[in-house]
Amino acid sequence: MTTPAPAPIRRTALNAAHRRLGGKMVEFGGWDMPVEYSGIIPEHKAVRLRAGLFDVSHMGELSVQGPEALALVQHVTSNDASKLNLDQAQYSGLMTAQGTFVDDLLVHKFTDRQFWLVVNASNCDKDFEYICQQNRFDAQVVNVSDGYTQLAIQGPRAVAILQPLTSIALSPIKYYWFTTGKVLGVDCIISRTGYTGEDGFELYFDPEHSEKVWDGLLEAGRGEGLIPCGLGARNTLRMEAGMALYGHEIDDTTTPIEAGLAWITKLGKPEFLGKRAIEEQSARGLQRQLVGFEMIEAGIGRDGYPVLHGGKRVGQVTSGGPAPFLGKNLGMAYVPVALAQPGTEIEIQIRARTAKARIVPLPFYKRTK
Amino acid sequence: MGYPQGFRFTKEHEWVAVDGKTAKIGISDFAQNQLGDIVFVELPPVGAELTAGAAFGTVESVKAVSEVFAPISGRVTAINEALAKSPELLNQDPHGAAWLIQAEVSDPAQASKLMDTAAYEKFVSEQEASH
Repeated sequence: MTTPAPAPIRRTALNAAHRRLGGKMVEFGGWDMPVEYSGIIPEHKAVRLRAGLFDVSHMGELSVQGPEALALVQHVTSNDASKLNLDQAQYSGLMTAQGTFVDDLLVHKFTDRQFWLVVNASNCDKDFEYICQQNRFDAQVVNVSDGYTQLAIQGPRAVAILQPLTSIALSPIKYYWFTTGKVLGVDCIISRTGYTGEDGFELYFDPEHSEKVWDGLLEAGRGEGLIPCGLGARNTLRMEAGMALYGHEIDDTTTPIEAGLAWITKLGKPEFLGKRAIEEQSARGLQRQLVGFEMIEAGIGRDGYPVLHGGKRVGQVTSGGPAPFLGKNLGMAYVPVALAQPGTEIEIQIRARTAKARIVPLPFYKRTK
Repeated sequence: MGYPQGFRFTKEHEWVAVDGKTAKIGISDFAQNQLGDIVFVELPPVGAELTAGAAFGTVESVKAVSEVFAPISGRVTAINEALAKSPELLNQDPHGAAWLIQAEVSDPAQASKLMDTAAYEKFVSEQEASH
């Protein structure tokens, strides 16, 4: 408990609000963030059954703008941004020339000449520099992160809670589409996206109004069961929904094909960084693959624990822990392709002992629409 | 929550309540609060040797794994079976119903080297202030 504090730690505009609410604060990706308020389990269940509100202002926003903005986005990302309509978003990968991940991100198309890349907090500066290096186009990259508070309201009651606070009709906004309009009188980007496996919205707006919107949402949602949620529940929710986290399932040593993200890798695109490497890997065949597992014996397989088969080490857990809604101990891991079939039994090394687990299909949880 | 009188505490936030040659051992309210929702407890078998300062079990919350260290040397005579089914008891009653193990201690005087309740309360308030 005596880890030295790393250099300057950043705070979102809601830091004081989190402390007032009793948020347990931790350092995450260089930011002082709430890990939980009432507890990870109640917060996780609130999002699955009702609604939760997250401050995710630590996320970065990079604006790519100019006549060749699309060409730059297409060059550095794996998904096909040319397929985006105005006001539509897509999940994508920021790729190295080796076909591995610099980061994963959301691409939002505002106009033919302006896109937004929403990136991980701890990668934001690295991503910005990388995209600038790759920029041989008539386009400009601007880090606009400091200009926005980002809140996520997630859960089956999100529409019902948010609708009375805006004149924008929310129901017609489809999943992975967005619009702009006022919420509680504040100009917002209202995006039907999230990182929990539930329906919901992410709001981006001027940090000056942070407490007004945060408090207003909590107040308005109280009757529907809306509670503040921290990064702890954000992590268990995304894991239960089988979503990748940079630094865990994906990093600059993993390709999207191995990670089960072929669906964001559009090899039909004329060109993008890493395309050739990914084509070669696809032609050769995979060595390893990301799988989901469920513990059979007592024990919790966690991030970094070795995966064994027949007593031999065959892989490593990327994320693992209790899945509070499903009530199981689950995880994701890279294993050799020959062991990736659902039903295959593996063992997880838990400190000095091993415990049996079974490969199961991903995602573990999928909401019913 | 107030800390019970008569208990002794370690800097790693375990408690021990000694009664003659018998001791009950658990984790403190501060420890459970730091961990958050507790979901799994791993304890040694009855008969296992305890060495003061050495890990004897683990307590896991949703987010973290924490080793538990023996406040005192001895031999395990009972483990709290209720925690296998209801680990959340540790969040609710860490100084009472959610004791971890019972032991026969080799030297009851060892406990007197640990913090008493007043000293531990001071220790915890200092820990909280540094957060």
